[in-house]
Amino acid sequence: MVLVRSLALLPFIGILVGTPFLNRVTPLVFGLPLLFAWLLLWIVLTSVIMLVIYRCDPANRASPPDAGARP
Amino acid sequence: MNAALVIIGLTALAALLLGLRARAGRDMNLEQWAVGGRHFGTVLVFVLMAGEIYTTFTFLGGSGYAYGHGGPTYYILAYGCLAYIISYWMLPPIWRYARERQLISQPDFFAAKYTSPALGLVVALVGIVALIPYLVLQLKGLGIIVETASYGVIPSAAAIWIGAAVVTGYVMVSGVHGSAWTAVAKDTLILAVAIFLGVYLPIHLYGGYGAMFAAIDAAKPGFLALPAKGESVTWFDSTVLLTALGFFMWPHSFGSVFTARAEAVFRRNAIVLPLYQLILAFIFFVGFAAVLKVPGLTGPNIDLSLFRLSIATFDPWFVGVIGAAGVLTALVPGSMIMMTAATLLSNNIYRMMHADATEARIGALAKLFVPVVALVAVYFTLQGGQTIVALLLMGYSFVTQLFPSLVMSLLSHNPLSKAGALAGIVVGVATVAAITLSHSTIATLFPGLPEVLRDLNVGIVALLLNVVATVVVGLATRRVAAVPA
Repeated sequence: MVLVRSLALLPFIGILVGTPFLNRVTPLVFGLPLLFAWLLLWIVLTSVIMLVIYRCDPANRASPPDAGARP
Repeated sequence: MNAALVIIGLTALAALLLGLRARAGRDMNLEQWAVGGRHFGTVLVFVLMAGEIYTTFTFLGGSGYAYGHGGPTYYILAYGCLAYIISYWMLPPIWRYARERQLISQPDFFAAKYTSPALGLVVALVGIVALIPYLVLQLKGLGIIVETASYGVIPSAAAIWIGAAVVTGYVMVSGVHGSAWTAVAKDTLILAVAIFLGVYLPIHLYGGYGAMFAAIDAAKPGFLALPAKGESVTWFDSTVLLTALGFFMWPHSFGSVFTARAEAVFRRNAIVLPLYQLILAFIFFVGFAAVLKVPGLTGPNIDLSLFRLSIATFDPWFVGVIGAAGVLTALVPGSMIMMTAATLLSNNIYRMMHADATEARIGALAKLFVPVVALVAVYFTLQGGQTIVALLLMGYSFVTQLFPSLVMSLLSHNPLSKAGALAGIVVGVATVAAITLSHSTIATLFPGLPEVLRDLNVGIVALLLNVVATVVVGLATRRVAAVPA
């Protein structure tokens, strides 16, 4: 789990460290400025990473996520 | 009376009715009113949290910033993403602690963790000070929408008054239930409108995304990336970090954590909410599309770009639909903010001064404070002057000062004393206030610094001073249970 958890650091590195290196307009990626496309990529990757972490986290196995009586 | 105005008016009316219906059959004590009796599931917590994030700030401020500033707008994409990662680990322990002790507001949390009512009071004051610019920007957005969509018939000052009255009305009656149900309606509409505009406008006006960005890059070289000076890479990184840390420090975001039924709600939302950020890209496309089509807006007027472009492109009825989406993006967060500020005033400030006040009295007073908060916000809105993004960044600088002592309080053995926590927050907030009031930047304060450091967001400097004060005072007043007698 520690290893899986450290995946959460990747978006911080990608966004905060990556931006100075990719601060360019061209080449356009899918028609978008390079930096714009890079940040969008990290949004999607963040979601994927959080899914992996959620699946591996023992805290989520103890009980079904929405346990508890409905109002 | 044109078609646009009719549609916007009907939407505001529908929102009001939905808010009024939401209270049906519930006895509204303060816990019901402010935290929904803690029984909201994943979907309602999701829309409440997303609802607070997709506000006029994103709709008008986001497109306006893309129009006026270009590349620096991308910071809005980045910070939420990082904040959701932090939320996966940070929110469950906050929720557990608040539930065990039946806490209602953010200052309750700090006061309980540090066994210091004084700290609770300071946190309440910081919250209120930060919420005012946030509320001002929602009302400013409402003014822009109604004035523009009425094609100038209703002046923006009148629109601000009407909007403030509508929000006040439904917050007083239904509390957080009204916000949650209106948020569902709002999110559906904003999603559809944002995606439609973000796809249609670039294709209709330019022939496609590539063509649009190539045209902008040719007309304004470098506009679509971060500039070398000012809102540079240093500004971007420091601002993203500051706002990501401050994200859940807003009293209303913190408060919406308490509405959840189970802690797993937050862990699941941490997966989905980043994707929700993608809607922002479509809103930026609208702002970028406006760059070459409705040029000439400057200063605070850049926030008008989305509507100027819409009016130039669409029939009045469709401008009405866009306006309706915009009105909802202001009403929902506006109601959350007003409710939170009123709860802070009543539950945390009035109660401090009147320890013998009954629960019923605190609850009644919270509702009475709603119109007071609304009036203060209207006053500042009519003063005008700042762009929407500038207002939000100012609020963020304030709330982020709560982050260090919050994180420390989540440790199982918090080494930080209440004096340390208090010192850090006071120093941080005082720094932000001094910098804001004197309109300083790092560059004006320390002209000798290398360029790389001069563009740091001033909120980061306040945060550093905050940490220094926390450590120094914290060490001096350490919780020394281990001192030999």
